[in-house]
Formats: sequence, structure tokens, C-alpha cells
Amino acid sequence: MSRVHPISAIVINESGVLARIAGMFARRGFNIDSLAVGETQDPKYSRMTILVRGDNRVLEQVVKQLNRMVDVIEVNDLAQSPHVERELALIKVQAPAAGRGEIIELVDIFRAKIVDVAAKQLVIEISGNSDKVDAMIDMLKPYGIAELARTGRIILARGSGASVAPAAAVDAVAA
Amino acid sequence: MNTDLKTKPHKGTTPKRSGAEAAIEALKAEGVELLFGVTGGAIMPMYDALFRDGTLRHIIVGHEQGGAHMAEGYARVTGEPGVILTTSGPGATNLVTGLADAIMDSTPLVAITGQVATSLIGNDAFQEADVRGITMPVTKHNYLIQRADELPRIFAEGFHIARTGRPGPVLIDLPKDVSNTQTAAPRPERVQLEGYDPPYQGHPHQIQRALQALQQAHKPVILAGGGVLHAEACGELREFAEALNLPVVSTLMGLGNFPTDHALSLGMPGMHGTGYAILSLYHCDVMICVGTRLDDRITGKLDEFAPWAKLIHIDIDASEIGKNVPALVPVVGHAKPVLQELIGGIKRWESKPDWSAWHKQLAAWRKEHPLGYEQKADTIMPQMVVQEVDALLDDDDIISTGVGQHQMWTAQYYTFRKPRTWLTSGGLGTMGYGFPAAIGAKLAKPHQRVVCIDGDGSFLMTIQELATAVRYRVPVVVAVLNNLYLGMVRQWQELFYERRYAETGLTPPPYDKVAQAFGALGRRVERPEQVRPALQWALQQAEASQLPVVLDILVDAQECVYPMVPAGQANFKFIAGPKGGKR
Repeated sequence: MSRVHPISAIVINESGVLARIAGMFARRGFNIDSLAVGETQDPKYSRMTILVRGDNRVLEQVVKQLNRMVDVIEVNDLAQSPHVERELALIKVQAPAAGRGEIIELVDIFRAKIVDVAAKQLVIEISGNSDKVDAMIDMLKPYGIAELARTGRIILARGSGASVAPAAAVDAVAA
Repeated sequence: MNTDLKTKPHKGTTPKRSGAEAAIEALKAEGVELLFGVTGGAIMPMYDALFRDGTLRHIIVGHEQGGAHMAEGYARVTGEPGVILTTSGPGATNLVTGLADAIMDSTPLVAITGQVATSLIGNDAFQEADVRGITMPVTKHNYLIQRADELPRIFAEGFHIARTGRPGPVLIDLPKDVSNTQTAAPRPERVQLEGYDPPYQGHPHQIQRALQALQQAHKPVILAGGGVLHAEACGELREFAEALNLPVVSTLMGLGNFPTDHALSLGMPGMHGTGYAILSLYHCDVMICVGTRLDDRITGKLDEFAPWAKLIHIDIDASEIGKNVPALVPVVGHAKPVLQELIGGIKRWESKPDWSAWHKQLAAWRKEHPLGYEQKADTIMPQMVVQEVDALLDDDDIISTGVGQHQMWTAQYYTFRKPRTWLTSGGLGTMGYGFPAAIGAKLAKPHQRVVCIDGDGSFLMTIQELATAVRYRVPVVVAVLNNLYLGMVRQWQELFYERRYAETGLTPPPYDKVAQAFGALGRRVERPEQVRPALQWALQQAEASQLPVVLDILVDAQECVYPMVPAGQANFKFIAGPKGGKR
């Protein structure tokens, strides 16, 4: 059954690594819903959060193909453990003075924020799980969305679960 | 640099030397004795350092693709990475086919490419190409060295990655200014890479499950691939097969991993495999796959490849397990220790399973579907040439091919008895591979005879390497099976395109005369009775004159390779061919 799998990969934080991984996804025909990259607590590593669409066999291949890459330190299928996920969006919405009250009310309901105010437009910041972000966008559509930027999802395992940077390097020579 | 470097430096201080000198030092430390390459602007500092050092042998090649295939031939007969050196831009892009070939067939290579100076990178400088970007999909790993201080570590990592785990090509892009910069960075004593830790031992639980499945089997078969050769596990494979009387099918890349004239050998599977190999895989109830990726040319239509088989899949690359065919028992590990564990396991069995009914069935299929072809009067049959070469060569001698009909006939009719004697482009299917690969192999193994059975289309694609073989007096024999066609495509046109022979007819030059013009020896062979004397002459003359010899052998133009499984069809519905029994 095809669905979206959240995968977290700890990779070496170095130029070219993103291209290498993105290229692998493209070349092997894996479908990505979103991909977010940023430094971890240790600047030697980046965390990639990848939402992959496919059945279990595709997921298995994605994990294996990531694991065989030299720049990839660790791969976790986050669906296997409880996790928190967030996405952030900035939405520039048409808001002439007359209709502004309704929009501000929506912003309150969604616990979003207005981060910029101009004569005819507002910029709204919202974060949460992707469903919430989708819902906010849907609610704002009737007013006219001028511009939209989304970060893609980032995810961490809850508690002391997976998705931490590895403690020690493994001796490759011993293998 | 924020990656690195658990990598431990040598004790004591390292004197300063240029990046290029540090690279030569690294090559020597890795045991490299022979390099293939072509110089050029951006790689000149490396060549200057090579010249001043004076201890490494370098072969100037006609074209970088040819050089890459030579390095592959060298690697496959020695098991050590082949090394190729080129300049930036076109020198490096010409390598792409060779790298793609090497990654498909898991051949260890280290390619060192010159790059424009770091200050020019990204500016579309003269002979600049994004070689790291271009070669990412066709290398196991690649590097662009940014600073000379990284060079010793990157060279050590590159060789380590190329030769360990599932072998493959590594490319190191070396900017000119990095080559010229002084560095005191020491060569690391050992390599430690956080993200690279190839497996070795198989999981004991999975090995137990494999043994269980095997014990319950009634119709087992081993499918052994090129991984067995890379793992140097042919002795273990044979011991395992003989201990239980297990039939062995060897893939195209695996030929030589088990003697094809052994009573338990069923030959090659797949599109042009033997009928009995195909049927054994189709009907088996347990299939033990070792070091094979079960590609489409082996499986044919996936659903009907081995519908009743419990698959035990042993591979060092976890991603190959379950990629094409689901495995019941996945064993991620190096073929050698895993086979040793399996041998140890069966030795503890109280009794051995009785598979005599299965062997009776296999014998019946052998009888029903023998490999065979029809002789035609006054015409040289290509299969006959392969059989003659087979009769004249010793077990240790080396055979290579290009890609196409001649390759399949060689795979079918040559007797493979020893590992590391077979050079062919299996995964990428690179026409032009055979001749340069033969040169690389002969340079590595001067005391073994090397014959390239080539096609008239394939030979032309890297024919410039005749100059290389003559210059360095590399006595390889090339037997061109010349049918004046791109024969494999012609065969498909005959069988599946209603004989519309679109652009497959060739008018190759007289290859014997081309060889002579290059300074090699050549002879044209037109009649069946000339074949054996010509081959004897070629083998003798090559060694006597220390020159390559080309036989331009005119063979039957209409002959097709059988058996054949039409692409995408179920294997067991193979076309048997005129002599292969009826289906």
C-alpha cells in the first residue's frame, strides 16, 4: 500500500552531499513529498528529514540505498517510533483593511502569528503538523494568497528513541 | 573541513611535499605498480611527480575510455583496484563509460582526474567540467579535493572504499593548485569512515534459517554470481556444492566461480542461458543465491522466474536483497565466511537429503535441451571459433569479450575452469570493453595468454588501443567474429521486427590490415579449416614477436544466439533454437 513514510538521515555536513542524495532519489525513481536539511547539534552532521511516498518495498529500498552511501551515517524510519513533527509556513495573504478582522480571527484560532503588515497584505507564520498548515492555507485561499513558502516537515523521535547522532565511529578496517 | 578524521596519523612528523608528490606516495603505499592514463594541462603536476619519482609504470592509452577498461581488466584478474589518471574536462568525461561499466560489475577502480585550479572552479574555465557531479551516479564514492592537507586522507579512503565491501569505482578530482601546494599532512595509518562499514559475517540466525530451508528442500539449486569471485570464495562454493551434491548455475559475471565442465554445473541462466539452467531455476523449491543481483537478464518476467522457490539471498550489499526478487532468507555478508558457515552447518547434519529424483530430472533436461548449433558447409560458424579457442587455451589463460552475440557464444561455448580468467561487460553491456580489458589483463598477468573474442562492431569502438598494445608490446590475441552486422540487434530485428534491418549492416575495415598498419600482426580467416591453424599461428606469433595479433574471422552472418528468452517473457518459454530440443 502506497503511503508517505517519514525518514530521518544523519549525513556528513559537507558540500555535495545534498546533491548526492537528491540525485540518488531522482535516479532510482523514488518520490519525495518533502525534504528538509539542517545542521544537527554537532555541526559535523546534518539531519535530512525526507517524506517518501511508496509501498513498504519502496521504503525498504530507500533505507538500504541511503545506508550504502558513504556520506550517510545513520538512517531511521520514524514511522517505527513515536515522534513529533512540525512544518512551518509563511503565507502572504491579500488583506485590505475591510476584510482584515476575519483573517486576524483565523490567525488566532490556528495559533498562528502575523509577522508583517503592509497596506494591502499580511504575512502569516504558522507552524504545526502538516495537516494544520494545510488547513490554514485552505482557510486563507478565499482571501487570495499572494505568496507561500513551506519548510517541509522536520521530525524527531520522542523521548530517548532513535534519530540521535552516533556516539562513536565504527572501525571500517575491522570489517 | 568539518568531516573527517578519526583517521590516525603516522607517528613522527611528515616532511612537506607537494600535493602531487603526496599522491604518488599514496599510490605506492597502496601497492600500485601500474597506471593507465593520458596527460593534459590540469594533471601535469601529477605526471611531473610521476616522472621525478620514476618507480611507477605508466601506460599511455589512446582514449580515456580504453584506459578505464584496461584498468578494469587489470582489476578483475588481480583483485586489486585498477588506477587511471586523466586530465580535466574531456579527459575526465571520457572516463564516464568506464566508471559506469565498473560500478555495474562491481570492479574496483580508482580514477584520478585533474581539475582546474580551485579559484577557477565554477567559472566555466578551459577544460573545466563538474566531474564530481557528472560521476556521482557512476561511482561508489567520489571526491573533489579542496586543500592539499586533505589529500593523504582522501587517497587512503578512496582506495579503501574501492577495494572493500562490494568493490567499485572511486573518483578523486584533483585541482591543479592542490597538486602544487605543499603539505605536511601525514598519510593515515588506517581509514575510519563513520558512514561506511561493510558487513562481513552473516547473521547466525539467518544462516540457521538458510540451513533449515535447505534441509527441507527437494529441488535445490545454487545461483552463484560475480560476488563469489570478488570474495575469493570459489573454493568454498565448490566445497559447499560437492558436500551436498547441489547443482550450480553460474551467472554471466560469475563464470569461472565454479568449473563449467563440473558434473554439478548447469552453466549460465537467463536470456541466453542453457535450457537446463533456466528450467532448474524455474522448478526449484530452494534457490541459494550468492553474490548475484538477479538482474532482468537473469530473471526474465519476474512473476514466472522461480514461482515455487524459497529464496536464500546472500549478498554483501543489503540493497540487492529484495530489490528484484523477494528473499525468504536474507543473509547480508561476505560470501566467503557465509559459505564457510553453511559448510560448517551441513557437516553437523546427521544425514544428507536425498535429491536423486531432482538430479534425474536435471539429467533429463540436459538431454532434452543441449547447447548446439548447425554446421553449414564452407561457412565458419562463430560457435566453432569459440570451441577452437577453448581447445587451445589452458585453464589459467584469460578470455575477454565485447558485447553482443560473440559475447553470448563465448559465455556458452567456452569452458570456464578458473576464477579471474573471464572479462566481460555484464551490467552496462559496453561494446568496446573486450580489447582494452585484455590489454590491462595481459599487463597484469604477462605469463598467462589472453584472447579477446570480439565482434566487428565492438572492436571498432576501442580499436585505437592497438597503438597502445603495439607501443608497449602487449601480446594479446584478438579473434574478431566478423559477421558484418551489429549481430545481436540484427537477431532481434529478425525475430521481433519482421526482418527490418535498420542500421545494423556494417562495412568494417579489413581488421587484419588495420592491425598491420598499427604495427601489429593480422590475418584474415575465411574458411572453416583455416580457423585452428590461424589461432595457433596467432597465439604463437603473439608471444614470439611480443605484439598483438588480430584475426579477422568472417563468420556466418545469419546465425542467431540460442537459447533465447524474448525480453520481458517468462524464462521457461525460451526459444530453444534448431539443436536445443523442442519446446
